[in-house]
Amino acid sequence: MTMLGDRQQLAYIASQAADARVNVELETEGMTLNIGPQHPATHGTLRIIARLDGEQVVWAEPSAGYMHRGYEKLTEVRTFPQVTALVNRIDWLGSFANEVPFILAAEKLMGVEAPSRAQHIRTILFELSRIANVSLFLGDLGVQLGAITPVFFAFRDREYVLNLIEGATGGRFHPNFDRIGGLKDDLPAGFIDETRVVMKKLRTFCDQIEDLLFGNEIFQSRTRGIGVIPKDVALSYGLSGANLRASGVDWDLRRDQDIPMAWNKTDFKVITHPDGDSFARCWVRLQEVRESTKIVDQLLDTIPAGPVMAKVPKIIKVPEGEAWVSTENPLGEMGYYVVSQGDQGPFRVKIRSASFNNISIVPWLLKGVYVPDIITILASLYFILGDIDR
Amino acid sequence: MNAVLLASDLPYWLQSIFRVVGGLVAVLLPAGTVVYLFLFKMLSFMQSRLGPMEAGPYGSFQLFAEVGKWLQKEDIVPANAQPEARIFKMAPLIVLASTFLLVVVVPFGPDALFTDFETGIFYALAVSSISVLGILIAGWASANKYSLLGGLRAAGQLVAYELPMVLAVVGVVIQAGTMNLQQIVVAQNTGSMFGWDGIGNPYVLTQFVAFIIFMISVQAELSQTPFDMPIAESELVSGYMTEYSGFRFLIFFIGEFATAGVFAMIASILFLGGWGVPFAWFGWTTIDSVDNWMNFAGPLILFAKMMALVFFIMWIRFSSPRLREDQLQRFAWKVLIPISLVNIMLTAVLKVAF
Repeated sequence: MTMLGDRQQLAYIASQAADARVNVELETEGMTLNIGPQHPATHGTLRIIARLDGEQVVWAEPSAGYMHRGYEKLTEVRTFPQVTALVNRIDWLGSFANEVPFILAAEKLMGVEAPSRAQHIRTILFELSRIANVSLFLGDLGVQLGAITPVFFAFRDREYVLNLIEGATGGRFHPNFDRIGGLKDDLPAGFIDETRVVMKKLRTFCDQIEDLLFGNEIFQSRTRGIGVIPKDVALSYGLSGANLRASGVDWDLRRDQDIPMAWNKTDFKVITHPDGDSFARCWVRLQEVRESTKIVDQLLDTIPAGPVMAKVPKIIKVPEGEAWVSTENPLGEMGYYVVSQGDQGPFRVKIRSASFNNISIVPWLLKGVYVPDIITILASLYFILGDIDR
Repeated sequence: MNAVLLASDLPYWLQSIFRVVGGLVAVLLPAGTVVYLFLFKMLSFMQSRLGPMEAGPYGSFQLFAEVGKWLQKEDIVPANAQPEARIFKMAPLIVLASTFLLVVVVPFGPDALFTDFETGIFYALAVSSISVLGILIAGWASANKYSLLGGLRAAGQLVAYELPMVLAVVGVVIQAGTMNLQQIVVAQNTGSMFGWDGIGNPYVLTQFVAFIIFMISVQAELSQTPFDMPIAESELVSGYMTEYSGFRFLIFFIGEFATAGVFAMIASILFLGGWGVPFAWFGWTTIDSVDNWMNFAGPLILFAKMMALVFFIMWIRFSSPRLREDQLQRFAWKVLIPISLVNIMLTAVLKVAF
């Protein structure tokens, strides 16, 4: 730091004071803009209170809770098998992925492990729901930035995946298919061949989106360098999933933890990006869809024969104890802390959903950006309201 | 020369009726065609869907259904806008009025025109700015923060893009040596390139840079994607149009697409030879020797050229994301204006040289 002489310092102070006087005279009142709860860009009912100076955000805060449905409390009056019907409504776009960690936690408490075939099918359905979820994000991203065409491609190709999920489980959005000790049913005939075809289509879809959106100069100028999250900030705010990996943290629960799922039997890349800006977050998600299709392909090749259900009693009573299981869900780390007191239902369930932590960085991130960038940043953080409010 | 279409020997009231009907057709027909063909059908095909299919064959009457729907809707004035309800209601009409004022100078044939200004293009560029006023009024009078932001963005954007548009036109004016749109058409169709007059001398070839700048500015003037920040459905929830419902929204909507049509007409007059075909094809030499049937063929030729240009406007609109407000301003001031100034200089030098 250069030292200023006394006179320079005085002149500097005087000029600052003059500036301040002018600023006070010319000061205009800021505008408080309520983005949401009903706003097309918040996909649901998130409200963001932003204080603006012109179009620049001075201060912003998300206000969650407009869609709180009380799932943690509701689980206390349900039996363990009934809970899956609740929790797959948390992140409604990748609903099967919500059931898995809960069931795994319950299995951990009971000391049951699903048969190998069931683990494979679980992983396949998990990845399919990730693909369905994130491919919609890729289309929706275009809409947030003003390009209306990609979203129709996304809806078209997501439908193939939803058809697969429906074929296997009977439900497009809310499969409710996972059971303690395995799965409700085996895969239907023809599922494996059909899935291979669809995975090929999805890879084409990724190429299309990359061409149409990610290669577009306007898209890049809108997203590159916007909403940069450095590594340490991302870690300190507890981000997870693609948001964290886009900041350069090599962290993926599919690879890093040992849970009875089939990911460790496959070979996949964990995608990271050093930039941490909006473009990096979107790009990481796009590549993850590609990786997911590869995971599904590998699992289809190695799927073992056998039963899909372990031996469990007709009436499930979970022994006393506590368990925490989290998995790498489409939106990030999702975990359940299940406390059982030996009853048919859980005593207490704490749900750690990814979006709630992911949007906690919004006040930090939105300071000083322009109004259009709010939309870009929110879109690239990718939250689902059900996942925030539970 | 047949003066029936010029209608100078008809009584005044009949002339007026002719002109009113002609003006309505000239504004609404392109707007309707553009909306049905491009907004409904082309957009749908680009997005792997069919678009409207129920009303009429291939949904061709969908537009009438939409207009009927809008006319039935309640004309809502928001509570906060009540004190200035008159101004709130006036705004869409101002926007539409600028479209009608714009079409006045467009020549459709040798005699098929409303008025023949000596400074036609100057007038056209001037009245096209009136819509800014309407949009700003709409944004302000809605008493809605989103509308206000949209209105202010529109004002900044339309003012910024007026300038490259004017500068792009200057190149054409220098080359044609006139501001009269009719004479610009004639100059292109009687012109020749290196002694060959097979296609006349459409200025899109010699003024290609100006043409591109003009079309980009038109895109911004019409606030179509990638310059649609004033509307911006996903951030400002349609900006200055948020609070409008029923037929007032319809008027905004017609204004948007009719202006697209009229601007495309002006662009095709300035750069593509307008209503004319190269005069050498039929042995015409001046405008007075043009055959009468051009008064009927001319509008169709102009219409075809207009549709081709609107196709490009819509194509870009449907496939690109939206720029940010500051990026748009930077693009106008740092890229378009310098290039158009250089273009003017080059044109002037070459004009003197040849």
